[in-house]
Amino acid sequence: MTAVLGTRPDPGKTRVKKPGRWSAPPRPVWEEEPSRAGQAGKGLALGLACLAILFPLWIVIVTSLQTKKTIDEAGGLVVIPKGITFVAYQELLGGGQVQRAALVSVGVTVVGTLFSMAVSVLCAYGLSRSGSLGHRWILMTLLATMFFGAGLIPTYLLVQALGLTDTYLALILPSAVSVFNILVLRAFFMNISQELVDSARIDGAGEWRILFRIVMPLSRAVIAVISLFYAVGYWSAWFNASIYLTDQDMMPLQNVMIQLVQKQERPVGLAAQINTGQLSPLAIQMAVMVLALLPVAVLSPFVQKHFKKGMLTGAVKG
Amino acid sequence: MSHSTVPRGTTEAQTPQQDAGEAAGSLKGPAAARRGGRGPGRKNSGRLGFRLRWRRDRTLILMTVPALLLVLVFNYVPILGNVVAFQDYDPYLSENGFVAIFESPWVGLEQFERIFADSAFWHAVRNTFVLFFLQLVLYFPVPILLALLINSVVRPRVRAVAQAIMYLPHFFSWVLVVTVFMQIFGGAGIIAQTLRRHGYEGFDLMTNPEIFKYLVTAETVWKDAGWGIIVFLAALSSVSNDLYEAAAMDGAGRWRRMWHVTLPALRPVIALLLVLRVGDALTVGFEQLLLQRQAVGVDASEVLDTYVWWNGIRNQDFSYAAAAGLIKGVVGLGLVLTANKVAHLMGEQGVYKK
Repeated sequence: MTAVLGTRPDPGKTRVKKPGRWSAPPRPVWEEEPSRAGQAGKGLALGLACLAILFPLWIVIVTSLQTKKTIDEAGGLVVIPKGITFVAYQELLGGGQVQRAALVSVGVTVVGTLFSMAVSVLCAYGLSRSGSLGHRWILMTLLATMFFGAGLIPTYLLVQALGLTDTYLALILPSAVSVFNILVLRAFFMNISQELVDSARIDGAGEWRILFRIVMPLSRAVIAVISLFYAVGYWSAWFNASIYLTDQDMMPLQNVMIQLVQKQERPVGLAAQINTGQLSPLAIQMAVMVLALLPVAVLSPFVQKHFKKGMLTGAVKG
Repeated sequence: MSHSTVPRGTTEAQTPQQDAGEAAGSLKGPAAARRGGRGPGRKNSGRLGFRLRWRRDRTLILMTVPALLLVLVFNYVPILGNVVAFQDYDPYLSENGFVAIFESPWVGLEQFERIFADSAFWHAVRNTFVLFFLQLVLYFPVPILLALLINSVVRPRVRAVAQAIMYLPHFFSWVLVVTVFMQIFGGAGIIAQTLRRHGYEGFDLMTNPEIFKYLVTAETVWKDAGWGIIVFLAALSSVSNDLYEAAAMDGAGRWRRMWHVTLPALRPVIALLLVLRVGDALTVGFEQLLLQRQAVGVDASEVLDTYVWWNGIRNQDFSYAAAAGLIKGVVGLGLVLTANKVAHLMGEQGVYKK
């Protein structure tokens, strides 16, 4: 009886297909067969949601790869590509304003992420042994910052007073520690089997060795996720640069993107080529956007499978 | 789960089950297990004496020092810096801007009186609340609906691909999101461009103050709604299949199962996120609005955060802006605590425990 309910053959299809990775797993016997309309509606909703995200990115990427002629014919943004050219990228990365900004962004992101991770992992491990001396006090000190922000003006005055203006430290230090990220790491570390840690200690390992040899190798997933969070934070930041840096040559990519794409300024060094019609300003703008989105779009799917794990432990025990 | 060589207590975060697990897993026999497995940790470890505990835990404390220092310098010291709100602060009174605080004259509540008399401030407050409510109504339900949609997709590959696409915009910077929207809805965007080519008049949604609030909400949805589903998916995956089966056996159809099993499972998460959102009501997209300030004008885009930025950073009226920031911080703190109280009264957990 139940078997009939569960595996009723579809009269339209007689071919028996082996279930692949794209096909649905068998339904539980109590579940109704899905209706055609329901399936179609679901597919449509899902497709539209994905299209709403991908279509704008498609236009940006495609336009950045077109020649000036194609762009002029289309009257602006290009939806259907005609051939591919990397002229815009060659010009941008061959030196000048955008190349320097991209290097600045990469540098700040790499150094900042390493620094933030070192500080956060150490702190999270230091707080992961419940009942250790001072553990509650330190935790409370960190947690309180999540409820009350100091405000923009006092922070600005402090960074100025510390002499950090016009240095890259101003882009790293004020935002180096995220209490939320420390809590997620800590929750993960606390879930590591205490027997493992104990046996290492009996073998004579100190806290440092336990952290580097046992805890961190077991926490690769959450370390990958938190590194991505920090890296994206540094890569996307522009506000601190806009108030702490005055030297235009020091500006990171996001700030240059504001100038070139949003305010439609001509890039330094390429203005002549654009004005004489050799280069399409639109292709240049779109190429700058692609440079900004590419690292993120390439990296985040790799870390995706760990997202839920990282977020979940944080949500449950945070 | 168990103890190290020295018996350690439990903390506030652990549940009774974990306590039981600890006691059972202890290497130290029943007496020690009972000692380690019961009661608050401080009392317990206190028996060891400060000296011993210091020697045992000093490496752990040392490890927290860098983070603690950064938080003290960049989160706590600026809180003290808020005293400029009660001064007529002049940064040029000393070489160092922070030392100048000690030289500046005190003016009491004068800055606050100026703020409350400023119609631009009340305009910013109004914009802040309008945007907050709009986002609550138009943004908040979207991740829940998307999560239900994704959760009903059973093919693992389709699910993974859809999730990967939906998470993506969360990792884009606001600069990128705003410029992407320009390419779609702007005066030179794809819609206006297509309209013009077919002989219609083009338009520019990015500079229209009337619909700016909806545009801002749409940008928020595009960027973060996909990422928002992750918490709900986690909650959904923890629902036991037995519940669905039992409901189906009792004759509940697809929709009734969603109403009576799925949605109750999401209730605590929804409550928690609502509390967080209400507690953070005064923060509505600072970077996002700052980026569009020029295009759409101050009237439509000024909120509390940008008001502070404009008066402090741009006009260098530090005391005035700090006072406005302080108002925001204090009201925000009040909102967090109130929202939590309400959550507790409704029987939900909220951000912290009672």
